[in-house]
Amino acid sequence: MGTSVFLNGSLIGETEDKDMFIHEFKNKRRSGVIPNELNIRYDEVSDEIRINSDGGRVRRPLIVVEKGKPKLTEEHIRKLSEGKIKWNDLIENGVIEYLDADEEENALVAMTDEDITKEHTHVEINPVVILGLPASLIPFAEYNRGDRVNFGAKMAGQSLGIYLANYPIRTDTKSNILAYPQVPLVMTDTYPIIGLNKRPAGQNVVIALMCYEGYNMEDAVIVNKASIERGFGCSYFFRTYQTEEKRYWGGQEDEIKIPEKDIRGYRSEKAYAHLEEDGIIPPEMEVNSGDVIIGKVSPLRFLGRGEFMTGIHNRRETSVTIRHGERGVVDRVFITENGDGDKLVKVVIRDQRVPELGDKFASRHGQKGVIGLILPEEDMPFTSDGITPDIIMNPHSIPSRLTVGQLLEMLGGKVGALNGRMVNGTSFSGEKEADLRKELEKLGFKNNGKEILYNGMTGEMMEVEIFTGIIYYQKLEHMVANKIHARSRGPVALLTKQPTEGRAKEGGLRLGEMEKDCLIAHGASLLLRERFSSDMVKLEVCKKCGVVAVKDYIKNKVYCPLCKGSDTEEVEMSYAFKLLLDELKSLLIYPKIRLSEM
Amino acid sequence: MDYEKYLKSLEGKIPKSILDELRENLEKYKPNKQETEKIIEKLLKVYKKSSYEPGEAVGIIAAQSISEPATQMTMRTYHFAGGAGIQVTLGLPKLIEVVDARRAPSTPAMKIYLEEEYNNREGAKKIANRIRETKLSDVVVEETTDLVNFVVELKLNRKKLEDLEIDDEELLKMLRKASRKYDVEIEGDILKVKPKKTGTIRDLQKVKLRALEAHLKGIRNVSQAVARETDEGWIIETLGSNLSKVLKMEGVDSTRTISNDIREVEETLGIEAARNAIVDECMYTLKDQGLDVDIRHIMLVADTMTADGEIKAIGRYGIAGEKGSVLARANFEVTVNHLTDAAIKGEVDPLESIVENVIINQVVPVGTGMCDLQFKPVKIGKK
Repeated sequence: MGTSVFLNGSLIGETEDKDMFIHEFKNKRRSGVIPNELNIRYDEVSDEIRINSDGGRVRRPLIVVEKGKPKLTEEHIRKLSEGKIKWNDLIENGVIEYLDADEEENALVAMTDEDITKEHTHVEINPVVILGLPASLIPFAEYNRGDRVNFGAKMAGQSLGIYLANYPIRTDTKSNILAYPQVPLVMTDTYPIIGLNKRPAGQNVVIALMCYEGYNMEDAVIVNKASIERGFGCSYFFRTYQTEEKRYWGGQEDEIKIPEKDIRGYRSEKAYAHLEEDGIIPPEMEVNSGDVIIGKVSPLRFLGRGEFMTGIHNRRETSVTIRHGERGVVDRVFITENGDGDKLVKVVIRDQRVPELGDKFASRHGQKGVIGLILPEEDMPFTSDGITPDIIMNPHSIPSRLTVGQLLEMLGGKVGALNGRMVNGTSFSGEKEADLRKELEKLGFKNNGKEILYNGMTGEMMEVEIFTGIIYYQKLEHMVANKIHARSRGPVALLTKQPTEGRAKEGGLRLGEMEKDCLIAHGASLLLRERFSSDMVKLEVCKKCGVVAVKDYIKNKVYCPLCKGSDTEEVEMSYAFKLLLDELKSLLIYPKIRLSEM
Repeated sequence: MDYEKYLKSLEGKIPKSILDELRENLEKYKPNKQETEKIIEKLLKVYKKSSYEPGEAVGIIAAQSISEPATQMTMRTYHFAGGAGIQVTLGLPKLIEVVDARRAPSTPAMKIYLEEEYNNREGAKKIANRIRETKLSDVVVEETTDLVNFVVELKLNRKKLEDLEIDDEELLKMLRKASRKYDVEIEGDILKVKPKKTGTIRDLQKVKLRALEAHLKGIRNVSQAVARETDEGWIIETLGSNLSKVLKMEGVDSTRTISNDIREVEETLGIEAARNAIVDECMYTLKDQGLDVDIRHIMLVADTMTADGEIKAIGRYGIAGEKGSVLARANFEVTVNHLTDAAIKGEVDPLESIVENVIINQVVPVGTGMCDLQFKPVKIGKK
């Protein structure tokens, strides 16, 4: 019996000489006779050859090695750098091939050219490729603990920068732009490849690893106020509001204009003061939450039966207003039409976000933190050269998390800034610590990056040397301005008469099931009743039937819906309970309230 | 000095355990009359101070005191590989098992204490060997199915059989007693199992499995028994539980031997023992996880579970399902069922407990809500 050959899992034949078959197959693929998407694998255990050509396999490129020599030569590299050949030419010539998970089982891959022996079949293009794209953006990632690299990669995705170069002509619902982005001093080879050096997402800052006045406990950071004034962490938040002139049945349609006074839901003359004649707010106008930015009038939702209602009285106000809790300046206005040919208006609001207490920042090593204190520059610690750190990070963040890469980045950043050059921090192939230290020493600094600092408030010299360096810091999209929320009184839900939920609806903060239990455990029953009294109502209950009585406000009469009698008593209960009674009635359950005198 | 007079006056006022402790200490330190009176006064004061006040929400406090540490338990469950002990379910799964009063725990186990004469290495091993259940599969080294002659051939481990003091005749007798579906005979080291009816290969397999499961020695359901020396002398830990059989065995200290199967403890030793077993199991699992929960919270739970003379689970099918109030039951799981059932029966909710009063937003009868002010109007000017 020969070796079975499977194509995409189905048996297609047998071969007597499996080695020849596989060899021939690979040669044909490398010379381009067979498409390079095919992968072949010999499974020793079951003595089967498996060929796969289907989609969804993860494949990665490797340099082919033949007879102990990589097929990629100096010649290729020269031609590549001159632009005479391209990546695809290498694939077509069988210099580089893509292996899937199956074929990798048969391959012996050398890490570097020096490691190649006669048995090796492939060599890595670069050791960094074991990292994914976001992880390969982290400098000195190989010195970090694995989970921190993961966190760092995740957080890089939340960092603010310039997400697309054409953002001024786009109308994304929500977007953030960093005002003064910088290219990191310590870069990896991946940055230029994906163009992140052209539209970066962070800033280089001087950081000192120390405790100062205790405001950087628990991962908080102290930020230099002068740094913020120089533009550190300043970003813009854009939100697009849009509306269109919809057409309805019966020839009625929306109208974008300043609403007339006798329309249903008319706000006030003041509310429409910002609008221009066309009912749209002009650019560079300052707006606050609740302000009308696009005036609009729509037909009523419920058309009366038979009669055709037109005229201003039967139209309602449907203007677009700034969201609750947001503010800004009108950045740009787009007036166009949608696919149905209706008028479409988009207004982009811009809001400047200067770093404030509680805004979130992170280095590239999974070290995130919020601002705990914004300290004036004169109170910040300083070196004998007069350098004050932009950020003071707590040294307690280091030992338990083992982000050694961050310390190396600080060292690298310092060297880069002092020497006016970029530092290569690519994992596995970046600059070595010893070299960086040597260079730092030549520049007249301590080779371990530590410096003597003076207390900015007292002028005293610090008892210990402080590790200081330059690091790339990212502002993350979680900002206090987007989250701050409080309420004393406010809107209630129609159905339950209880406070609404969520920040956008100015909702209350729920005292939940478990919190309720805590009040009970303390025996604070009267407090509990008061806290839950948000939906308290006084209702008339029929003494005979035990149902909630009807209150006729026109006749000013109270009567029981069952016995029509008016022998009722006022009872205080939560509206939610009344709702429960109503729902029980809809289940054909008759809940009867028995009243008794105290 | 005679302290009994004082002690007698305290009877009924404080628990017996404290009384005993007091007696012991009085006899040890021999205070004079004045001092004794002072001690008793102080004792009563402290005792009163440390007891719960009326209206204290003990149930919720117990629930919170147990569940808060339990949330940390899931996060750090660790196991020790190897070791002579027996692997039993621990941590949160075990706690849930006890509180749910499951009929079949995932790892039933016994802790067998020994009487004086067996409280040594040899004695313990001897008893352990007697307890451990031996099945035919334990003494079989190799099994082959002879499809041609329709016979299962099992190669016996002679040494093991000798250790167990079972000779061939006895073995055959035991196997014949175990099932009538097959015939057995021994040829040298080979035990031949022949089905009485010829059938398919599947039937042969069935017969083989049945024969291998045949009980030879020891106590049924006890698959492991390991003797171990502890601070309390030699004990035997088992996997699998059969308390009623073990307690009857010679050399077993029936006053201390216990199983972790609460239901079994209830059946063999009674409800009070089951209550103590619940407390012990909970305390043990919590302590094992490094959590310190006051025993009184767990005692409250155990008392609630066993108060009616039978074990009831905490949950829908136990305590929570038997609450007096319709609204309280509906507030816990399966709302609609409780409401519809209550409607059919025409139940009346007296609104006497906590949850109902939270629902209708009235003062809950705990703590400050326990007392009411009542006012009887009296006509002024009348005698």
